[in-house]
Amino acid sequence: MLFRQFGLAATLTATLALASPAQAVTEIQWWHAMTGPNNDVVVKLANDFNASQSDYKIVPTFKGSYADVLNAGIAAFRAGNAPGIMQVFEVGTATMMAAKGAIKPVSELMKEQGESFDPKSYLPAITGYYSTSKGDMLSFPFNSSSMVLWINLDALKKAEIAEPPKTWPELFADAKKLHATSPTCGFSGSWITWGLIEQFSAWHNVPIGSKANGLDGFETVLEFNNPLETKLLESLVDLQKDKSYDYSGRTNTGEGRFTSGECPMYLTSSAFYPNVKANAKFNYTAVSMPYFPDVNGAPQNSIIGGASLWVMGGKAPEEYKGIAKFFTFLSDTDRQVYLHEVSGYLPITKAAYEKTKASGFYEKNPILEVPLKELTNKPPTDNSRGLRFGGMVQMRDVWSEEIEAALAGKKSAKEALDSAVSRGNQMLRQFERTAAK
Amino acid sequence: MENRAIFSGKLLPYLLILPQLAVSLIFFYWPALQALQQSFLVQDAFGLSTEFVWFENYVSLLKTPEYYHAIGVTFVFSALVAFFSLTLGLLLAAMANHNIRGVQIYRTFLIIPYAVAPAVASVLFIFMFQPGLGMIARALQRNGIDWNPVLNGTHAMILVVIVAVWNQISYNFLFFLAGLQAIPKSVIEAAAIDGAKPMRRFWTIVFPLLSPTTFFLIIVNITYVFFNTLGIIDTATGGGPNGATQTLVYKVFQDGKGGTDLGGSAAQSVILMIIVVALTAFQFRYVEKKVHY
Repeated sequence: MLFRQFGLAATLTATLALASPAQAVTEIQWWHAMTGPNNDVVVKLANDFNASQSDYKIVPTFKGSYADVLNAGIAAFRAGNAPGIMQVFEVGTATMMAAKGAIKPVSELMKEQGESFDPKSYLPAITGYYSTSKGDMLSFPFNSSSMVLWINLDALKKAEIAEPPKTWPELFADAKKLHATSPTCGFSGSWITWGLIEQFSAWHNVPIGSKANGLDGFETVLEFNNPLETKLLESLVDLQKDKSYDYSGRTNTGEGRFTSGECPMYLTSSAFYPNVKANAKFNYTAVSMPYFPDVNGAPQNSIIGGASLWVMGGKAPEEYKGIAKFFTFLSDTDRQVYLHEVSGYLPITKAAYEKTKASGFYEKNPILEVPLKELTNKPPTDNSRGLRFGGMVQMRDVWSEEIEAALAGKKSAKEALDSAVSRGNQMLRQFERTAAK
Repeated sequence: MENRAIFSGKLLPYLLILPQLAVSLIFFYWPALQALQQSFLVQDAFGLSTEFVWFENYVSLLKTPEYYHAIGVTFVFSALVAFFSLTLGLLLAAMANHNIRGVQIYRTFLIIPYAVAPAVASVLFIFMFQPGLGMIARALQRNGIDWNPVLNGTHAMILVVIVAVWNQISYNFLFFLAGLQAIPKSVIEAAAIDGAKPMRRFWTIVFPLLSPTTFFLIIVNITYVFFNTLGIIDTATGGGPNGATQTLVYKVFQDGKGGTDLGGSAAQSVILMIIVVALTAFQFRYVEKKVHY
């Protein structure tokens, strides 16, 4: 009996499935890099959108790490087979942007398809990263985070430190104090260049490179080998000697050192939250990034990390129509509120932020508001809107190499930064040669 | 009486090697030619603009100090890996060649590591050697060794050498074991009757008779280190710290994938190809003369 019903249901489903192509559903490929719970979010978004209408079907495909998605997209484009939507991490922005003809700017897409779209309704600290200097949005922000300082409150208490550090000098002093109770690591961090160069410069309103950190176009020159950056690196080199500071690698592979309790102060992405919540067996909190109080106007505002959705060029009008509708669907305030609360990534519209705030969510989850407060601390300047350098993926490796050389005592802090700048400039010139045409 | 099939006509032999020839052409020669072509071009990632630049990619490559550093790293790395994986493989094979109880089980277990993908092997070792978390790292730290592969280049090199050796020992073990079993017992017994001790028997009889195997393995191991260790380096160290484990093949991968500098990356792979061909030719020309077949 049960089997017969099942058989009937299966036949019905099969009939429906066979019937559906007759309605000419436009399929849109969406390549992404989200794993675990965030992959579920991607799938849910696609399913919800597909259920909300019957003309378009978003097909999400996991393509590996951020770098893998970018490379897969590039290879697919070269083979004439690019997906409709591609999730690209923030440092891939310059590469995508320079590929005129390979991409379709989001602002252009929304205008052409007649979707209501007001760039001002998005948080400027987020969209600024993905817009031209004129304010035209090139890609659609999807998952954004910022950098915060994670604190093991129990360890601080044990070392008799009353409250989390607000400034770098306080942090250095606390790291020294923590050395007694946490001998292998007082302070550490992930995404080393994002934290110590990119965020640090924006937070102190000093340029990473000329032309508004590359946002205003090509021929940028890196200039972060300044006295302030040198002072930071010198202090860390000094603390590295007795492991009051201990380097944890270039990406976020060292994050377990915070949740295991080894490193009581840890500078990394706000998106670390779900992991900390699941694994930390101590009282913890997250606070704003530290700053040097003697720098005028510090702290400024932080910049984002994460990824945005790029629309690929050369697609059929139907497909563009569907993508535009999908982006409108994503911008919906309630949907943004939901995404923010579920994934820990930041809301991208002002309305979603206000609504979450009004609901009292942050009183229960103050940690999730820290990155938003950092991003909106002050109106962004040319030094803090974001950065856009060609070949940024590899540039981060080159900068990391030099920081590693300084921390290992092979070079002085100043020498390492000078070398990071000159090697980086060489890479920028190489990138311009191929992209400027 | 010879039991050999003899085919007439010239077509059949060619037909029979055709599949292998097709595989070689499609998967080896065609990509190699493409790399050669790409190495003369400057091109953006998406292939939207292309410029023919003759040898410019090569010239700028040879001006980068990091490139020479990578050459040095590659030679140190391959010498270490080849030496340790060959000696340990030979040692284990010599041990397993005795008639002891359960020898089949030992042999099977010794072969298993080869079935582990390099990247997976790397992850296993990262867990053990992660400062502050890993079992071995903690043991080292307790004994006063400040183990820190994320910052100390020597430690990082030791880590990738251990993983690469561990991954390759089984392969060497297998070939050495087969080589050892092919040596006639009578020769060794004759030497034993003449009063030669085990060590002397090994060095004067077994080792020279094993030289074709050793020679073959040296070539295979060097090619392994030059190319197949990419997964190990990528997962264990990412070429760091400060380029301490950045080998030539890893640099090709990084510049091409992360840097989307396809021309420069192609130029590097062409040079790498030349180095490996030259090394193999050199070995066949000079080392092979000392090999007893």
